[in-house]
Amino acid sequence: MNSRASTVVAPTKRPWLRLETALMLLGIAALLLAPFYFYPIFIMKVLCFALFACAFNLLLGYAGILSFGHAAFFGGAAYFTAHAVKEWGLSPELGLLVGVAGAALLGLVIGFLAIRRQGIYSTMITLALAQMFFFFCLQADFTHGEDGIQGIPRGRLFGLIDLEDPLYMYFFVLAVFLAGMLVIWRVIHSPFGMILRSIRENESRATSLGYSVSLYKLGAFVMSAALAGLAGGLKALVFQFATLTDVSWQMSGEVVLMTLLGGIGTLVGPVFGAALVTTLGNYFATSELPVTLVTGVIFMVCVLVFRRGMIGEFYASRLGRRLERRAED
Amino acid sequence: MTETTALLSVRELNAWYGESHALHGIDLDVYEGETVTLLGRNGVGKTTALRSIVGIIRKRTGSIRFDGKDMLRIPLHRTARHGIGYVPEERGIFSSLTVAENLTLPPIIGKGGMSLKEIYALFPNLEERGSSPGTKLSGGEQQMLAMARILRTGARLLLLDEPTEGLAPVIVQRIGEVLMTLKQRGMTILLVEQNFRFASKVADRFYVVDRGRINDSFTGAELPGRMNQLNEALGV
Amino acid sequence: MTTIFGIPIQAFLGQLLIGLINGSFYALLSLGLAIIFGMLKIINFAHGAQYMIGAFAGYLLLATFGIGYWPALILAPLIVGLASAVIERVALSRLYNLDHLYGLLFTFGLALALEGTFRYFYGSSGQPYAVPKELAGGYNLGFMFLPKYRAWVVLASLVVCLGSWLLIEKTKLGAYLRAATENPTLVRTFGINVPLLLTFTYGMGAALAGLAGMLAAPIYQVSPLMGSNLIIVVFAVVVVGGMGSILGAIITGYMLGLLEGLTKVFYPEASNIVIFVVMAIVLLVRPAGLLGRDT
Repeated sequence: MNSRASTVVAPTKRPWLRLETALMLLGIAALLLAPFYFYPIFIMKVLCFALFACAFNLLLGYAGILSFGHAAFFGGAAYFTAHAVKEWGLSPELGLLVGVAGAALLGLVIGFLAIRRQGIYSTMITLALAQMFFFFCLQADFTHGEDGIQGIPRGRLFGLIDLEDPLYMYFFVLAVFLAGMLVIWRVIHSPFGMILRSIRENESRATSLGYSVSLYKLGAFVMSAALAGLAGGLKALVFQFATLTDVSWQMSGEVVLMTLLGGIGTLVGPVFGAALVTTLGNYFATSELPVTLVTGVIFMVCVLVFRRGMIGEFYASRLGRRLERRAED
Repeated sequence: MTETTALLSVRELNAWYGESHALHGIDLDVYEGETVTLLGRNGVGKTTALRSIVGIIRKRTGSIRFDGKDMLRIPLHRTARHGIGYVPEERGIFSSLTVAENLTLPPIIGKGGMSLKEIYALFPNLEERGSSPGTKLSGGEQQMLAMARILRTGARLLLLDEPTEGLAPVIVQRIGEVLMTLKQRGMTILLVEQNFRFASKVADRFYVVDRGRINDSFTGAELPGRMNQLNEALGV
Repeated sequence: MTTIFGIPIQAFLGQLLIGLINGSFYALLSLGLAIIFGMLKIINFAHGAQYMIGAFAGYLLLATFGIGYWPALILAPLIVGLASAVIERVALSRLYNLDHLYGLLFTFGLALALEGTFRYFYGSSGQPYAVPKELAGGYNLGFMFLPKYRAWVVLASLVVCLGSWLLIEKTKLGAYLRAATENPTLVRTFGINVPLLLTFTYGMGAALAGLAGMLAAPIYQVSPLMGSNLIIVVFAVVVVGGMGSILGAIITGYMLGLLEGLTKVFYPEASNIVIFVVMAIVLLVRPAGLLGRDT
């Protein structure tokens, strides 16, 4: 069918919808085939951080809250899941649940305190509270301090599927990742997500319309923390250890960088950002240049000239704008 | 009679607030020593015109010549150095500075400014309240302070935005007296006023502004004949 | 040996002194942050790195040029201040009309880059810096021993904090700064070069951090990591005391340092999180901060 004809008459066909769906299916197909071409552990690492970054982006890009302490949720859940699976002998999906629940609780506490102030103060509070959690992890018994929790068994999914097999583990991780992305997508397009965005655009306006801004912000916080926790617990199962690095402020900074590079406020931007940063990290791990220096320079350059991130730049480009224009038909 | 060049000469001034086109080709002249008023209803662009002349609004085309020099490309913090003094509508008194600090904040940019002694003679209560925080003054006193601090700098052109707004009649009269004193000293003033009665007492010439354009101009002598037209234009 | 609450008085006063010293650094650093935030509306994450570089500048001046403590006390902050002013001019100033978070992200990147560079050259361990001989030794006060250098640090920080406060509240330059904080556009119409003022402010704030680093060098080891963990604590201090008030930042710094010292005496496990706990409590009870000038 000639698409020109359909836009002139009435848009019964939606070519843009087909294009976005096609791209998405292509992406999923690529992920399904990936473990046969690339090192599975590497892609699993990317998927975990991609989910982490998307969870973070839910809070920043849609609710407008910059959290500089998201590692608390990520790393905290890693510890909780590790403990649940190793010490309590839970199966991996239950272990993940423990991690998510723990992260959600942390999100409730930290979020509650952070939203007592606005803007940049909010951010400083998340940083400080996450650091407090870091010190707690440093000294607590169950985290084993500087050693971390090692030798986490992957266990049998639902008691049936042996996740020690790298291929089964991979598809489990992929399934969890896709489930997480689905949740985020649904939240963004739900009434809750719309109200969040209106709060981000104009908070006083939203208040005058009768919305309890604090509750929405807190809800966003908890959701973001829970999803970050899902990523963290998953990561603990993939690498089979949980350490202090996972709760450090450097980790919090890294997820910010991933989101910035990928595109704040875009759905898939953080995925690409996570892929890029993880690849760069692996590359620089063996080189002479210190990773912190490179990360710092990339941060500065991005903030100065590349604020929209990869996907943001794409949407702003001619191809991207054409896609968006069709969406408005 | 020989033609003297205007101290301030504006031609074809267009200005934009972001995307919105606020001024559509303003032409005006202000000669040395005279007081010119921009008249017009709320929101027609009078304040925008002043802000464009000073340089707060940067998106402009056209020409602004002050004392023969082109002002359009000069950065904001240098326009004062050429002799343009600006008293904004909101007065802009700083709450974290004392009255005395507010008064002496703008640096002296030319000769011929009033000395502190002369300023305190004109505005005695500024001296009394010297160490109070600036915003503890009444509205009228803040207006006096906002004018006084520019008078100290030696500015040659005074841009005054709605000096009488929101002030009691007694204070308005006082401000009128101050302006007459300044005129006697030869100060050049570009005044924006909605209070037509006040403006007619102090101004030599008038421009009527409507929707970003100058619709009419006339001298003080021609004023009586224009009263009816004006009343309509100003919605009085 | 006398005891106080069951603790030997020497140990008690010893910890209190350490708390006072830490408080001196908290005060100096939160002062710098508050000054920068007041004018530039930017959270300077690089403050910890500037503190660290101040200490390294002192170390390198001594190791490479044989320049001792006293000249370095002036030179190190000057170096840090000038370098930071350049960064402000070239990069940071482009971010002022954007959302505040970009300023934070930029300075965060700067902090990482600086820390990474120094860690590359000097590793993670610290370099020693000797206490200047004029300040070696101490006074025996009977109930405790007071090291001269420690007393000097407290005195110097008090003088610098007071001096900064006087500069901002009582001088003409301070009037320019205060006015530009309130209404920068209007100040520019007076003929004052506000962009230059902003550069100066950032440089001054950074120099204060560099000075703190110089003071710290003989006490803590000069290490590339010395700034990063400290800066997060200073953030908490600033949330408690508020960045709307210079005096608030200073007072809160000293008080929280003392509190930390006290906690070390009675409940040592909590000493490195007590400031965060205080922050949490203040947030619950008085969200606007103790001096309540922020929103």
